[in-house]
Amino acid sequence: MLGIIIGVGAVIAMIAVGSGAQKRISEQIASMGSNLLMVMSGSSTSGGMRFGAGTVPTLTADDAKAIQAEIPGVKYTAPSINGVAQVVYGNQNWATIIIGTTPEVLDIRDWSLAEGRPFTQQDVDGATKVCLLGKTVAENLFGGIDPIGQIVRIKKVPFTVIGVLAPKGQSTWGQDQDDIIFVPLSIAQKQLFGMQFPGMVRTIAVQAWGPEVMKEVEEQITDLLRQRHRIQPSQESDFSVRNLTEVMSSAEQSAKVMSLLLGAIASISLIVGGIGIMNIMLVSVTERTREIGIRIAVGAKGKDILLQFLIESLVLSLIGGILGIGIGIAGTLVLSTFTQWPTVFSIEAILLSFLFSGSVGVFFGFYPARKASLLNPIEALRYE
Amino acid sequence: MDSLIEVKDLAKVYHLGEVEVQALRGVTLSMKKGEFVAIMGASGSGKSTFINILGFLDQPTRGQYLLEGINGEHLSRDELAEIRNQKIGFVFQGFNLLARTSALENVELPLIYAKVGTSKRKELAQKALSTVGLKGREHHHPSQLSGGEQQRVAIARALVNQPSILLADEPTGNLDSKTSEEVMGIFQRLNQDFGITIIMITHEPDIASFAKRKILFKDGSVVSDQKNPSSPDSVKERSN
Repeated sequence: MLGIIIGVGAVIAMIAVGSGAQKRISEQIASMGSNLLMVMSGSSTSGGMRFGAGTVPTLTADDAKAIQAEIPGVKYTAPSINGVAQVVYGNQNWATIIIGTTPEVLDIRDWSLAEGRPFTQQDVDGATKVCLLGKTVAENLFGGIDPIGQIVRIKKVPFTVIGVLAPKGQSTWGQDQDDIIFVPLSIAQKQLFGMQFPGMVRTIAVQAWGPEVMKEVEEQITDLLRQRHRIQPSQESDFSVRNLTEVMSSAEQSAKVMSLLLGAIASISLIVGGIGIMNIMLVSVTERTREIGIRIAVGAKGKDILLQFLIESLVLSLIGGILGIGIGIAGTLVLSTFTQWPTVFSIEAILLSFLFSGSVGVFFGFYPARKASLLNPIEALRYE
Repeated sequence: MDSLIEVKDLAKVYHLGEVEVQALRGVTLSMKKGEFVAIMGASGSGKSTFINILGFLDQPTRGQYLLEGINGEHLSRDELAEIRNQKIGFVFQGFNLLARTSALENVELPLIYAKVGTSKRKELAQKALSTVGLKGREHHHPSQLSGGEQQRVAIARALVNQPSILLADEPTGNLDSKTSEEVMGIFQRLNQDFGITIIMITHEPDIASFAKRKILFKDGSVVSDQKNPSSPDSVKERSN
């Protein structure tokens, strides 16, 4: 019985922890934007030196436009250039990631504004000095003050804050996604970063219409860009396309495997608990030999006795299962309070372990029950 | 022919390791409906084996036993259980009640296995208990009842299915002489008023004298089988 309690408790706790991890990863996938392809510039070769991806910008905003225009599976593109810079407001300052991009980035990353307005294509075209602050940046620079309409200086260039982004929390890599500033691509190119590579962008984020066209879009982007960059078939591309969703879903997969593994380990203790039940039932059959003899003598059939002991063992293990569910939930709550680990209770896991404990009861109760049903009534009646 | 029990050349051999024990060596007899038979004999004379075979708890090694024409020889365990349930009531020396259940529930037990509905079951069990004079004690547990009362619960349990025969294996073995007489009084009443056939094993000649017929076993054979001329009237006088 204790074995069943611990077993069921462990299964529930483990699955809750595992699916918590899974849920966190899926949330991060969603926060990153779904069906996302990242075109990174770089791994260019110059005078025998090969540069890693993204070190030298080889993509242009026109590449992004071409991708958007020519590949039907593409929903949005957002070329961007980024860098780290010190941001100053009054006597506060904060180093953060500045991303110069186009308005589509918010759609791609499914990011809404907490307040203010997003920048527009006009802002990009006109290289307006406006910016959107991530939550973390806003808090660190402004504290309690409303940042909208205030002027911050990025690399000494004054920018008007027009909006604050809704918080997104940590990314899969533990990075604070809210520690960020978005500015129009054009102004970033001209005044903040990449002045030595005019018109270039480091990355183009591409959102496809759906997961089914991802592969196709990925290939079409590669073909299109190789063509646009006039790369010979023998040459290496000066960009790379990464399927971020794929990366993330593989992370999700491994989390799933992990929680399955934890569940499997926990279910071993369930089986051990089942053996405990079997022992209890065997003892009970021996202790009640006389009772079984009486029942058989007054006309109990084999299946009556079998059923009686099976039900007893089932009840025993289901009570254990219920207690175990309680303990598992309590344990998980304690664990998640103390470790901040996200946990998710799934009804399926609870039902499953409940059913499992029931079947453990039936399975391990069967042998003692059968033994009882086959007792010889004369000997059973004589048993002291 | 209202012959209830036909036994022909019944033999039973036990194997205790290497040793062969002949518990019964060819018993032949018949009993009619409404008889009250006492089976006597020393320990090891085969009377318990005989009554176990009569109760379909055991199978003979040789010979034939018919209860109302039913031959148990080729029946399965479950079929035998059903016959025991429908046609046979057992009363044991050690009462053999279920300790954790009330008198009423003990009496209901055979009805449960006969798949009788709950309310009908309660009614029949109540009736059986009042037949043995235990009205009002339905909800007592065996530990709260005296030996005589426990045996009466056991008799009620044996009766509740209205069996063809009531088999009693030393029903008074654990009782003092006064309660023994009470129990025998019940047996006689059941036999006379309800016409229930009773077969009872006993060591004690006093107890045997309540029966109408006495059969003496010795070394697995019947050595005497006689009517008990003194039985009905003399007992009536005593119980009055």
